[in-house]
Parts: sequence; structure tokens; C-alpha cells
Amino acid sequence: MDLLEYQGKELFARHDVPVPTGRHAGTVEEAVAAADEVGYPCVVKAQVAIGKRGKHGGIKLAADADELRTHAEAILGMDIRGFTVHELWIEEASQIADEYYASIILDRGEKKLLAMLSRMGGMDVEEMAEKDPSALVRRHLDPRASLGKDVAAEIAAEAKIDEDVQEGVADMLVRLHDVAWAEDATLIEVNPLIVTEDRRVVALDAKATIDNNSLFRHEDLAGLKDLSAEDPLEAQAKEKGLTYVRLDGNIGILANGAGLCMSTLDVVAQAGGKPANFLDAGGGSKAEVIVDALEVITSDPNVGAILFNIFGGITRCDEIAKGIVEASNRVELTVPLVVRLDGTNSEEGLAILAEADLPNLHQEKTMLGAAERVVELA
Amino acid sequence: MSIVVGEETKLVVSGLTGREGSFHGLRNRDYGTDLVAGVTPGKGGQDVDGVPVFDSIADAVAETGANTSMVFVPARFAAASIDEALDAGIGTVIAITEGIPGLDMLKTYWKAREAGTRLIGPNCPGVLSPGKANVGIIPAQFFDPGRIGVVSKSGTLTYQIGNEIKQAGEGNSSIVGIGGDPIVGSDFIDVLTLYEEDPETDLIVMVGEIGGDAEERAADFIAERIAKPVVAYIAGFTAPPGKQMGHAGAIISGSSGTAEAKKAALEARGVQVGTNPTETARIAVETLRTRA
Repeated sequence: MDLLEYQGKELFARHDVPVPTGRHAGTVEEAVAAADEVGYPCVVKAQVAIGKRGKHGGIKLAADADELRTHAEAILGMDIRGFTVHELWIEEASQIADEYYASIILDRGEKKLLAMLSRMGGMDVEEMAEKDPSALVRRHLDPRASLGKDVAAEIAAEAKIDEDVQEGVADMLVRLHDVAWAEDATLIEVNPLIVTEDRRVVALDAKATIDNNSLFRHEDLAGLKDLSAEDPLEAQAKEKGLTYVRLDGNIGILANGAGLCMSTLDVVAQAGGKPANFLDAGGGSKAEVIVDALEVITSDPNVGAILFNIFGGITRCDEIAKGIVEASNRVELTVPLVVRLDGTNSEEGLAILAEADLPNLHQEKTMLGAAERVVELA
Repeated sequence: MSIVVGEETKLVVSGLTGREGSFHGLRNRDYGTDLVAGVTPGKGGQDVDGVPVFDSIADAVAETGANTSMVFVPARFAAASIDEALDAGIGTVIAITEGIPGLDMLKTYWKAREAGTRLIGPNCPGVLSPGKANVGIIPAQFFDPGRIGVVSKSGTLTYQIGNEIKQAGEGNSSIVGIGGDPIVGSDFIDVLTLYEEDPETDLIVMVGEIGGDAEERAADFIAERIAKPVVAYIAGFTAPPGKQMGHAGAIISGSSGTAEAKKAALEARGVQVGTNPTETARIAVETLRTRA
């Protein structure tokens, strides 16, 4: 789960990471009240789960209440790279002397947390690393120990951080590492990490990704809205416990297992079709899951045909077939449905479908044959 | 031979008294796996269909000589259960549980490395050595004994490919599901090494998917260290950037971790990559027969 900037900053503040003073606002009036508390000049910052907000007009400086009102009105409701702005963060303006970059990220390959630090902050880190690899210091950290101040100081020195703030930056790294472990973050990124004109080290931005698997022990974070499911159909599917991702094509897809489902999308694309979604019915799928899944898939108006690709392992094909028959009683099937059932109890499943003799239902024996058929019918 | 599990396996199941644990544990026994014990704290002295249950893995090892542990306990307790198996000196741990916090696994991964224990998973379907032993949830009926070793991030996709290999008249030495989580105990390269050393494996099928760089690392490793032919399949060409597709690991951001990048890395190292599961199985079978 990706946190918004203000959620990240509130998290940082709880772990004594220095952040600028700020207040949250959901309306223009709230923004004015927030600015009165924070004081002028202040910055109006769009809260959306995507980068490059500044370039798209989502971050503005306000010298007084009139300017603040103008900016808040403009930014609320603004579209930033596909995300609508519903929330603002009103923050004290910072006097910036230097902009650095710092992050702690889970490196899957090395099975360690990786600390990265650069004195060239404020821009795209990949771009920076490409232009001048030596400008970005990378250090893998021992997963069995806390990050010692000595190691953090070495990283700061290697990154050629100004000497008078090396200790402050090292301290920041130690605290960010603490945040990662304490909050189960797989990514903590501060860009820019600033040095103020009075030489304080402050996190001017806060990006945090929390491991969804850990939310059972982070009740405060678990209550936050998951922004990855902004699409109403994705939200509907999530409520039903389905793993559904909406795409922009016209062929609805259901398969059991994430790998088989991804493979099904690929095979449909290779046959010349465009998938409308990813939907993993999971292992051991029962009839009820199929009913829910079909409801979600057919709620997408773009869907012109549907493919069910099932290879039954733990999942039994007769259960899937029962679900299809049950679903056809509850959801009117106005588009063709191609079904491929293979694996456990496939013969029983095929017999159930044959007996039901549903209109609009087409059976195929193989995965590739089913993909070609659904593309023809869409 | 075969790898990870076989006739020498003596299995203890953590969570055998649970619904999933007993269902799959007893299925594994029906297949022929030597299921010697179950572990559930507080339920020591009971039995599950004749299999003795112990309070701790250490007790189970002392009483039964168990050498392989399968972890079926709920996610929030699973890393501790793996740690318990490591402390008890178990040689092979296969963790089926999904949803274990990544940072818990980070610590457990290094603990397993230090202990010299083979850890498979978590969030994986387990390991099947056809005709010998099955530890996990892989439906054994789709696989025959044979000379092809399979290593895969995905469950059902593996069943699909395995079944096509079976229909073509060939079989498998072992099938290892390594799991799709960000932190898994054994990566492709670990399992490739085992297959390279296994005299009953003549060819390796590797099934990957978007996310991480395990396939790219495997590509380099194959070029340097694996003499046996490897045939690969990658799922997720149609996945849009930044969207998570079910498996916690199957997330891509930026240019790294895409299916395209993985395919290119493997092909650059001389590994044949099938465009779909059917073609992958066909290439594997043809290559095996050409060499025989």
C-alpha cells in the first residue's frame, strides 16, 4: 500500500524524523483554516499517489490568504496524470539551501534492505543514477542488526554530503531505517531531503510503501484508504475478495491462479485480442466465487466477450461449472462466454455445462484454442 | 534421485490439526510421502488419522526423526514456525503459507542460510517428485515420473505445462514451486544448481513471471554454470506497469522486471523461451528427445 505524502510525513513524525509543520485539508475552507495555523508563506500540495506533482501544477506557494484560496480552488479536483486531487497538505514554506536524495528499499535479489543516498536530489533518481552513477551511493544493510550510526556516517561521507550536516544526514538515515522496520515498509523515499538555510536536515517529501501482508499488526495504517483500488469496479471486486485489475480492452478474463491468469492475458493478446481485466479466482474456487466474478466482469461496459480459463488442481472443474450455471441464472449473459475446463473433475464439469445448454456459451478444449475463439467472438 | 523431496523424506507438518494442514498433509501421505508427525502447540499427544501430534518441532524430530518440515500455519505465526524448524535442525523446510510479512521473511531467510537449511517458499505450492514424494498442494495426477525438472514461480501455470509434458509422453524428476513473494527461501539459481547436480534430470523447465530480477540473475547463472538445456516461459507480457497482479512479487515498476526484459535476458544467454505454455512444453519435449 502506497501512502500519500501527508500520511508518510505523519508516520515519519511519529518516529522523530524531522518534517515541516503541516495540516491536512479536504476543502478550500479547511485549507484556509490550516494555513492560519501553519502561518504564511506556506505551500499548497496536492495529495495524489503519483510523482511529478510540481511539474503538473499540483504544488504552489501562497504568500497570503487570497493566494492560498486561489491555489486551493485550482488544485482541488485537478487531474494529475490520471489521478484526481481530493486532498491537500498545507505546509510551512521551507528555506532550501540544498536538495539531497535518501531512500531505504527492500532489495529482493540480495535479500537485504538497500540504503541509497545522493547529494543530487530533487529529480528523478533513475535519471540521476544514469547520468552519474557515482553520485548515488548504495549500501546494503545487515538484516539482522539496526543501522549503526557509524555505518550511516560512512554512507554520508561517501556521498560527499556537506561536512557540517553529515551527522544530521546520517541521523536521518538511521531514523528512516527504523521507520522501515517498525512500520513494515518495503520502500521509504525522501526526495528531496533538504538542508535548510539555517542548516537543519528535513524530509521535504515522504514516500512510503507498506507491505500489505503486515497490515494485521498496523491497525492505524490498515484503516487508511487503499488508493490502488480507485476504480469503482476494482473496489467492488475487492469487497468480494477477488483479485481484479481493470485494463482497457474488451475481452473479460477469469483464470485460477495469478500465473495462469497472466499467461491467459498474454495468449489472448498474441491471438490479436485486448484483455479487459485480470481476474484471479484463486485456488480451490467454489461456485459462489464464479458468480461474483462474472458479476464484476460483466459490469464493465467495454466487455464484448469473456474467457474462463480453468486448469483445476485443488480447484474442481465441476464446482466451476456449477458456478457458471448458477451465475447465468442471476446475471443475464448478453455477451459470448468461452469456457475451457481442464484438470481435476473436468469431465464432470463439461457434462454439467452440456446439460445446462446455456445460450452464448462456447466450450473449447485447449487454452490456445479458447483464446483464438474468444478473440473471434469479441 | 530427484531433488528437495524423495524416498528419504520424513515429513513433519506444522499446522497438521488445521483444516488445510490436515487435508493436504493426509493427501501427501496418500501419495506415498512418509508423513511421520504433526506439530500444534498445546495439542501434543493427539493424533490426526493416526499421525502423532507434538507440541514442538524439536519434540517431533526427537521422537520420529523427521527431516523435512511443511509449514501450513497462519501467516502471522508462519515465520516463527519456520524459525522453530531451523532451530530444531530440520534440513528442508517447505513453507506453503501465503501472506507472510516480507521483513519477517528477510530475517528468516538469513537464519535459514546460516543454518544451512534448504527453505522453499513461502507462498508456494510445494515440491513434488513424481512416484516418490509430494510435499505441498501440487495435484500429483498431472505429472508422471521422468527426466524433466521444473522450477516455477507459479502454481496453476506449472500444472498446465506439466500436464502438457505428460500428454506428450514425458515426465518430471521433480517439480519445485519457489513461490512468487518478494523474499523466497530458494531462487531459480538455487534450484537450477540442484537440477544440474541431479543425475535423473536431463533438461530443466523454468517458469517465471514479471517482477523482481530473479529471471535475469538466472540467465547469467545458466550461461556460466548450467550445462543441461534450459527451456523457459515468462508470464505477464500484457501486465501494465505499476499494477499488482495477484502475487505479491508480480509487480513491475519502471523498465526493470518486465516480461520483455526477462525474455531478452534469457535469450541473450542462449535459453529458449516459449511464447505460451503449450509451446514451452513442446520445445522441452523435443529438446529432450533430440538429445536422448
